[in-house]
Amino acid sequence: MKLTLRVWRQKNADAPGAMSTYEVDGISRDMSFLEMLDTLNEELILEGDDPVAFDHDCREGICGACSLVINGDAHGPERTTTCQLHMRSFEDGDTIDIEPWRASAFPVVKDLVVDRSAFDRIIQAGGYISAPTGTAPEAHATPVPKPDADFAFEHAECIGCGACVAACPNGSAMLFTSAKINHLNVLPQGAPERETRVLDMVDRMDSEGFGGCTLTGECATACPKGIPLPSISAMNKEWLRAVRKVRR
Amino acid sequence: MTRTLWDSSVGKKTVMAVSGLIMLLYLVVHMIGNLKIFFGSGEFNHYAHWLRTMGEPFLHYEWALWIVRVVLVAAVVLHATSAYQLSRRDIRARPASYVHRKPRAGYATRTMRWGGIILALFIVWHILDLTTGTVHPGGFQSGHPYQNVIDTFSTWYGNTIYIVAMLALGLHVQHGFWSAAQTLGAGNAARDRALKALANALALVLTLGFISVPVAVMTGVVS
Repeated sequence: MKLTLRVWRQKNADAPGAMSTYEVDGISRDMSFLEMLDTLNEELILEGDDPVAFDHDCREGICGACSLVINGDAHGPERTTTCQLHMRSFEDGDTIDIEPWRASAFPVVKDLVVDRSAFDRIIQAGGYISAPTGTAPEAHATPVPKPDADFAFEHAECIGCGACVAACPNGSAMLFTSAKINHLNVLPQGAPERETRVLDMVDRMDSEGFGGCTLTGECATACPKGIPLPSISAMNKEWLRAVRKVRR
Repeated sequence: MTRTLWDSSVGKKTVMAVSGLIMLLYLVVHMIGNLKIFFGSGEFNHYAHWLRTMGEPFLHYEWALWIVRVVLVAAVVLHATSAYQLSRRDIRARPASYVHRKPRAGYATRTMRWGGIILALFIVWHILDLTTGTVHPGGFQSGHPYQNVIDTFSTWYGNTIYIVAMLALGLHVQHGFWSAAQTLGAGNAARDRALKALANALALVLTLGFISVPVAVMTGVVS
């Protein structure tokens, strides 16, 4: 396959960026999107140019490191992560636009790499449980009803890639935050911090400069792990419950 | 608790949802009242007068109406203020847009902000037209709402402003009701279809109910 790529190039956080056009040839339909970018970078290095910086790690769709907006879609046209997107989703001769996640809470570090540490700080605010250290407790000691376990697992699937923020017209992190809150709040292990967790994490989310939810549903459409839109409603319910219960 | 509500984006959305639902409840009642115009001037004017004597003798003349007005003004102010502040936050959170733009979300979702501004301007005109009579075409007669309504809808601009505003209202309610339900935590996978259907039904019934009055005046059904 022969492709035309229009890639966002930006030297550093302070430099202005712009789209640069590159041609790549000899791309196999079985290559992943990131392997295609590797091919481009090898050519750029041979020509003495600066290779395109992009985030990647496991390349198995489970770590949440990759982050590209491809033709206006977070993670591209398929409902998966960029590393699990294959070139067979494109046609020979296509022009592909590649941009970084766009949100004021995710400043561009270089080219396609953005700083997603705002997510880490949201997790630090309450994405934990208090458990005594030592030997692991017997797994059956704390019964969890099946629907609750399913609900927790559905939300535990969130890999924190930030596609929800990238897709949201308001740069809102509500789908991410709701996944992390719902995952722990429904389980008995998460019960001691149930109220402070939701209040502190929403508070942190706001102070990181993420926008609010206007229920456009773009986040749930973009999510490679299928975190559903009603998760946000479940988080709102937890928040309203916590506001009534906790006096601060 | 009040500070937590107002300072948090989730809390401010709650204020918006509750104030929106109060206005929506009022609109349903208002629309049903409007439809009394189809039963003739006697019944319509009598109903309008009853709105002033509502709650008597416990409440004094027009007290109930003023209570409703005060609640509505509070709802409008809270709704608009939280909408403005939340919108500012949303726009700040996404300073740079994508080079490759795709059409996003539904029409109702995308027109919430402009639709809200149109509705606010409409409310000002509507009150000056049919409550105070300041900008009313022809002589405004206090206590004769049937004739006043016919006067307004006998002008081309009265019909245009009203019908455009009611279409905007339908779109606003369609996305607004569903959003309010989500904000208040009523949404879940099993219930979302029903909530969306209810939002669509409310939007459709309100728009058709309100628009039926100017259409009836234009076609001579009400004269």
